[in-house]
Amino acid sequence: MGSYIPSTGAQRKEMLRAVGVTGTRELFRDVPEQMLLHEPLKIPHGMSELDVSRAMSAMAEKNRVYATVLRGAGSYDHYIPSIVKYIPAKEEFFTAYTPYQAEMSQGLLQSIFEYQTMICELTGMDVSNASVYDGATAAAEAAAMCRDRRRRVTLISGAAHPDTINTVRTYCYGTGDELCVVPVKDGKTDPEALKKMLTAEVASFYVQQPNFFGQFEDAEALGQAVHEAGAQYIMGCNPIALAIMKTPRACGADIAVGEGQPLGLPMGCGGPYLGYMAATEKMMRKLPGRIVGETTDHDGRRAYVLSLQAREQHIRREKASSNICSNEALCALTAGLYMATMGPDGMAQAAEQSMAKAHYLAKELCAVPGVELAYTGEYFHEFVTRMPRHGEVLKALAEADILGGLPVGEDGVLWCATEKVSRAQLDKAVSIVKEVLAK
Amino acid sequence: MKLIFEKSVPGRRCTILPACDVESVSLPDSLRRDEKPALPEMSETDISRHYTELCKQVHGVNCGFYPLGSCTMKYNPRIDEEMAALPGFAGVHPLSPAEDRVGMRQVLDTASEYLCEITGMDDMTFQPAAGAHGEFTGVLLIKQYHDARGDKKRTKIIVPDSAHGTNPATAAMCGFDVVNIASGPDGCVDLDALRAALGEDTAGLMLTNPNTVGIFDKNILEITRLVHEAGGLCYYDGANLNAVMGIVRPGDMGFDCIHMNLHKTFATPHGGGGPGAGAVGCKAFLKEFLPHSALAEEPGHLQVRSFQGNFLVVVRALAYLLALGREGIPEAAENAVLNANYLMAKLKGTYTPAYDRLCMHEFVLDLSDLKKETGVSALDVAKSLIDEGIHPPTMYFPLIVHEALMLEPTETEGPETLDHAAEVLRMLYKKAFEDAEAMHTAPHNMPIGRPDEVQAARKPVLRWKQA
Amino acid sequence: MLYPAELRYSKSHEWVKVEDGVTVVGISDFAQNALGDVVFVNLPAEGDSVTAGDAFGDVESVKAVSDLVSPVTGTVCAVNEDLLDAPETLNSDPYGAWIIKVETVEGSEELLDAAAYEAFCSEEG
Repeated sequence: MGSYIPSTGAQRKEMLRAVGVTGTRELFRDVPEQMLLHEPLKIPHGMSELDVSRAMSAMAEKNRVYATVLRGAGSYDHYIPSIVKYIPAKEEFFTAYTPYQAEMSQGLLQSIFEYQTMICELTGMDVSNASVYDGATAAAEAAAMCRDRRRRVTLISGAAHPDTINTVRTYCYGTGDELCVVPVKDGKTDPEALKKMLTAEVASFYVQQPNFFGQFEDAEALGQAVHEAGAQYIMGCNPIALAIMKTPRACGADIAVGEGQPLGLPMGCGGPYLGYMAATEKMMRKLPGRIVGETTDHDGRRAYVLSLQAREQHIRREKASSNICSNEALCALTAGLYMATMGPDGMAQAAEQSMAKAHYLAKELCAVPGVELAYTGEYFHEFVTRMPRHGEVLKALAEADILGGLPVGEDGVLWCATEKVSRAQLDKAVSIVKEVLAK
Repeated sequence: MKLIFEKSVPGRRCTILPACDVESVSLPDSLRRDEKPALPEMSETDISRHYTELCKQVHGVNCGFYPLGSCTMKYNPRIDEEMAALPGFAGVHPLSPAEDRVGMRQVLDTASEYLCEITGMDDMTFQPAAGAHGEFTGVLLIKQYHDARGDKKRTKIIVPDSAHGTNPATAAMCGFDVVNIASGPDGCVDLDALRAALGEDTAGLMLTNPNTVGIFDKNILEITRLVHEAGGLCYYDGANLNAVMGIVRPGDMGFDCIHMNLHKTFATPHGGGGPGAGAVGCKAFLKEFLPHSALAEEPGHLQVRSFQGNFLVVVRALAYLLALGREGIPEAAENAVLNANYLMAKLKGTYTPAYDRLCMHEFVLDLSDLKKETGVSALDVAKSLIDEGIHPPTMYFPLIVHEALMLEPTETEGPETLDHAAEVLRMLYKKAFEDAEAMHTAPHNMPIGRPDEVQAARKPVLRWKQA
Repeated sequence: MLYPAELRYSKSHEWVKVEDGVTVVGISDFAQNALGDVVFVNLPAEGDSVTAGDAFGDVESVKAVSDLVSPVTGTVCAVNEDLLDAPETLNSDPYGAWIIKVETVEGSEELLDAAAYEAFCSEEG
């Protein structure tokens, strides 16, 4: 029933005549008869727009949207400014494709160039690409950039996001390379274990900052050890934290990557998000994916183009280090827009408030008998508590429209707070925890 | 136009967040950054106007014809956008308890059921974020399959020379050696070349059908049979699925696994280069190798990205599937093919099709003769189209055709658009003989003329810096 | 098109000369013309071994990339790093812009003299 085909039946007849066939099925005469579908597809009849809206809304209503979200673990409920929702809905932005034709795509190219600049500012790195799929694949692509004939082993911190570890492992499986996970001690990468694992075959080490447990790693010292072993240092950083946190560049990173979702993208059941990727100038030509560069046109006017294309699969084919072509351009536009809307002070405010609220929540939770912090290190906006009967606690919170922390390990709960939650919401959550554990 | 940084005014800002209502905490000095990032400082008016100015310099499907071959630039229904923005989808944490995500499960299961029916597959994952990512996932299924059988000698993936560059790049990412085989004179797989390439070391074949010159390979059953006989598996690159959905199924052609580009075939927007979604389907015997999220689903599997994929893109695709339904899906394919043939028929007699026969959803023009006679290249014609408000076709692809222009009109264009495009293209052909110089320097009416790509690559400027 | 007589050439369009016992390798005028504007050169490192007939690096133009094929087997003893900043010299001065120097040369591909190479190029068109 639904159709987006403009031509009418009469027009189609005319068109078939112009082509010189009697019916549309004749157009498929190369398809062997035995393969043609003669029965209708076993999917429902088409629907009107109104019915589509009803059907999809009914599914959406079966998902639960919480008033308060105290869970992060890779997807963060930050406040999204209104304008950040409006602008990416401009039709030119979302219906265009990769800006292959620069003369007709300056707006998109410039938006990417601006995004690249902002990512460089945030990370302190020299160059950024136009984004990859998400933080996990950004880590995997970064590790692939570092491997060469002599150095094939990839190291990753055990305190990285489990999805990231698994994704990097999968990419290593693809090329037949070894991935080793560096053990965790007290909620952080064990530096002694790392040093022992840094052999001459190691190409790179990846650390997440702050890590999966919310803890700040001693990133500079880790980086120093990595460089002493002649390997490359990859840091995966939370971009909101970067508004106030020491940059990966200052920590010695060769490549900085991360999950860009906190930059104005909804949690969206897990995607689309974007992976940001930035590197030192030395690594520039190894960066995968699209990169926009500035140049001039024949009249000397400033112009933007997809640049350094000889790195990419459509030219290098089997010798390309990555097969990526489509990236997350609209998400990158959104992220750039978010950073421009927040500005340097607004970004810092979001970071500081998230951190302050998480610390307030931790302090209040730990005042409840039986609840304690699992780790003692400095943390950003996530932390792990040990608490008894956390299943019951989370259920009670859910009944009060609060998504509590994520259960990790036997008795751990990984909590998160962002600038979006108010003190009143946090107090309410804590009072429920208190109530349940007092029983 | 000015960059956003050049419009920044120190101290200007939007008021977004309230004051903090809990006591502040500061980072220890050892963890603090030295100086603030130099992000733009703007008012909301500045931002609104800046992005509006940018969007005026972008050609989207909403602006006009976009026959970019191989990319299926069909109309993106706006209802799909509205559905993806529903709080019940957009506002849900990927790691909330399963009972809170029943609707999410229903979207994935329903989309999987319909797409399996359309492709003839048994199971599906939505984890891959794009077509190339789907290829990676699909070829990893093949790798795991051979590995699980202890069949270590299968080190080669066969790819026709007409393939998208992603195919060989994907095979390499999966640790396979790539065997390129030449296409026959009709642009299809040369069966003798295939037979010669097959052997005990064949892990699989990657194929697009209809192929990249827009022709359905009528030997497809023989091709997949030969590969299976040699012990390899067959991978279907779904880039061109729009031509055949509801008409013939890759599963019935003998393919074992497949990726689809939801952002091409199933009308989700291309977003200026993403996000897409690359659903991967497989036959039952490969199901155990499908990727899963370590955190959101079950552990112990491969995983190609975080969580369960570009879910909101799947929402859009499902809304589209619901709208079209069992009648609309084949109707879309038929009209995509009709439109391509109609446009080709209108151009024949002026331009030379690389393969003069019925095509599927796209066709390739070979402009070598025009270039020889006038010096006007496929690039010159493409750039001249820009001044006429038409997005150029895909240029110089596939590699087996010289001076190639590949046109894919899609089903969402009416004959008026196609007639107009044909008229413009014929006018440009004539112009090539009359004023070649104007075409060498086109476009003339855009914010910029042809950019200097050599300078961009030799002396890369990849970010803005304060002068 | 220039084909200096004092050089030897491979069929993959590299030129070779021997200077103080070291083999110097570059790309020919014919090669640079076919490539178009060179925008980047991927170079090996000093100490790398190269094998006659195998790629030792590549040259990029805007829309293409071509392997650099070693005409000889040996060890790289010098790399022209100026090319990283000025790849265009491969276009403007192909016979001045050497790419690598190779020592302890053990073998080589079939090399042509200038006349034979010129004939070979004219066949390739």
